[in-house]
Amino acid sequence: MPRAENQLEESTNAHPCAECCTSRLVSRRTVLKSALGLGVSLHFASIAESAETDPKKLRPQIGDIFLFSAGAHQGQVVTLNNLPEGGPPAFAYPLDPKTQTLRDGSRLNRVLLVHLAQAALTDPTRAVAAEGVVGYSAICPHTGCDVSGWQADTQHLICPCHTSTFDPKDRARVVGGPAPRSLPLLPLQIADGKVTVAGAFSARVGAEQK
Amino acid sequence: MNQVIRLMPFVLMTLVSLLSSPVTAQSPVPYTPVTAERLLQPEADNWLMYRRTYDGWGYSPLDQINTKNVATLAPSWTFSTGVEEGHQSPPIVNNGVMFITTPKNQVLALDAKSGEILWRYRRELPEDLFQLHPTNRGIALYGDKVFLATVDAHLLALNAKTGEVVWDQTVENYLTGYYMTLAPLVARGKVMVGVSGGELGIRGFIQAFDAETGKPVWKTHTVPGPGEKGHDTWPGETWKTGAVSIWVTGTYDPQLNLAYWGTGNPGPFLSEVRRGDNLYANSVIALDADTGEIKAHHQYHWNDAWDWDEVSAPLLLDVKRPGKSFKALVHAGRNGYLWLLERHADKITFVDATPFVHQNVFTKLDPETGRPSYDPQRIFGVGKRAEFCPSLSGGKTWPPAAYNPQTGYLYIPANENLCSALTGKQETYTAGQLYMGVDFSDIEFVPRPEAKQHIGELQAWDLNAGKKAWTVKFKSHNWGPVLTTGGGLVFMGGTNDRYFRAFDAKTGKQLWQQRTNSGVVGVPTTYQIDGVQYIAVQSGWGVDAQRVQEFLDKAWGVKTFIPQGGVLWVFALRK
Repeated sequence: MPRAENQLEESTNAHPCAECCTSRLVSRRTVLKSALGLGVSLHFASIAESAETDPKKLRPQIGDIFLFSAGAHQGQVVTLNNLPEGGPPAFAYPLDPKTQTLRDGSRLNRVLLVHLAQAALTDPTRAVAAEGVVGYSAICPHTGCDVSGWQADTQHLICPCHTSTFDPKDRARVVGGPAPRSLPLLPLQIADGKVTVAGAFSARVGAEQK
Repeated sequence: MNQVIRLMPFVLMTLVSLLSSPVTAQSPVPYTPVTAERLLQPEADNWLMYRRTYDGWGYSPLDQINTKNVATLAPSWTFSTGVEEGHQSPPIVNNGVMFITTPKNQVLALDAKSGEILWRYRRELPEDLFQLHPTNRGIALYGDKVFLATVDAHLLALNAKTGEVVWDQTVENYLTGYYMTLAPLVARGKVMVGVSGGELGIRGFIQAFDAETGKPVWKTHTVPGPGEKGHDTWPGETWKTGAVSIWVTGTYDPQLNLAYWGTGNPGPFLSEVRRGDNLYANSVIALDADTGEIKAHHQYHWNDAWDWDEVSAPLLLDVKRPGKSFKALVHAGRNGYLWLLERHADKITFVDATPFVHQNVFTKLDPETGRPSYDPQRIFGVGKRAEFCPSLSGGKTWPPAAYNPQTGYLYIPANENLCSALTGKQETYTAGQLYMGVDFSDIEFVPRPEAKQHIGELQAWDLNAGKKAWTVKFKSHNWGPVLTTGGGLVFMGGTNDRYFRAFDAKTGKQLWQQRTNSGVVGVPTTYQIDGVQYIAVQSGWGVDAQRVQEFLDKAWGVKTFIPQGGVLWVFALRK
């Protein structure tokens, strides 16, 4: 575990304060986070996130549908028909259809839904899309802004904060700007005409913690 | 999972062992408390606040490094911050102890002579934070405390000797778009800060806290509420989301006990939805440091439609004009005009204003009040695109200008030949989300043909004569804060070629340069220990400089690579 040892050495040199350490020891979740900082695998992210008990803050769950969170259709269920093909993207929050719980308790649950021509999608993207509808985290992995910009001619998603640019046709890979990684992808399916969650986010949602 | 479980005892053991180790900074440098008197009259060897002195000059009388020997300036030591994005904060030095901040609100205390680390504070920022400006512009010192305004809108007091948190005060709720990037201003035992979030529909304010306890003392909104003077300059409910951020540390006149702050633009950008002067946007406001009362103001321009935050506080200095010597406020505006005002106990009066870059929005200024008239073609609206110069970033934005009393020159880090265009859209306010009245794809940077030759400038202005003394031009745009010294020098980085440079303060002749790791957007400072003068600056490109580079690349169809990652550079004369 060379990375962990390096980290320990660095921490010792930094003379961290006792209060900080005390507060860190108190919370199991923060200990988990500290472990993450030691370079432990991403499995921890799912543990930490599944420790979330507030259903409004839970990340999208399989079977969730979506409500538009902005625009002319705000509050309506997202269907294949009310997402314009070719864009622009829609912002939405997942909704548990059984309990009618809208998961808007954390802005990290904001999702971008874009309806694109199936032929325009790369194979791996098409595999997790639902009849051309692709879903991504709306939170830029650079510094956590909402990715609210849309370049119609290239069909690129753009973060207005620092111009990070993503290609939704190809797993939202970074095509410009400072973002360190793609937008996390959310697998989708169409059920009863409604855009529905088919799997978990492909990666941790939110800004880099480095 | 197995791997995870196996590691858990190791993690806990690590934390326990750290907890049980003694909490001493093991500093070889004793710490000298910062008193009110020291802030009023700092020793020549030290740099105790954002611009070293309350008047905002960015001037040090140190002269060991001077025009004759600066060519032999060389790195003494460096320190890697381990963080990317915009490193804009000045190295603050108090009798051998240096404090720097980085993006993500890390504070580092270093032995200013040897570069040895004394302590490090790292803030655990909320995972759902929306960081439009991932930066921090520095700390303030008072007593044995270090004050830090955070990007999740808290004000912290740290123990200067250990980095321990002494108190932590929530200033506002970050989830509704409030954040802070400025270095606090300390005067008369109070710590003053202002909030940012102008692009997210906040209502700006400046607030003072007791330095000892952290208790709030006063709070003054930069957008007046019902019953307050200036409220009628906002139609309907627009004042509630009127923005007017405070981005940069104020200056302070101890005789008048007035703190002068530059204010941001009104929100949203789209001016037609908030017809009126929109006080106190794009202004200088003078606040009584004891009560927070706005004693005087001057609005540089009204009903802004160009994102021209007048972020910088004016410099306080004396200006001599034929038949008149007066106490001035000097401000190189984002609106491209150099403003000369006169300060009094109860008012601010207009003296004159001159464009220092190409400006095509103002058609005239009222000779008595300085109030500008506008070319209506330069005001965008819903579905109406308008081009205007200078650009959104203005003639000069947050990087501070400097004043050297030896030359009598004001040094302005400027950008020329850069214009912008905006097109408006109707937008509904949602807490914590962008609220600009402009779609991102409708924000354009429009370089003039001359921009191919140069954009960045360092200008020197003779304020007594009221004219420009010299200009140094750079091919790159310029984001360099300015330092000037008793050695007859001006130091500045700011260009995308990663250089940090020294110029002759009288002539503008370049005398020295050092290529660094990244672009230098940090505030340079200077200090002296054991008879050796040092120049210190952080190099770490990011935030607005990065953003404008992306816009320029888009306009010109090129890709420019500027490496990120912060490094503190400390220079001294080669022995």
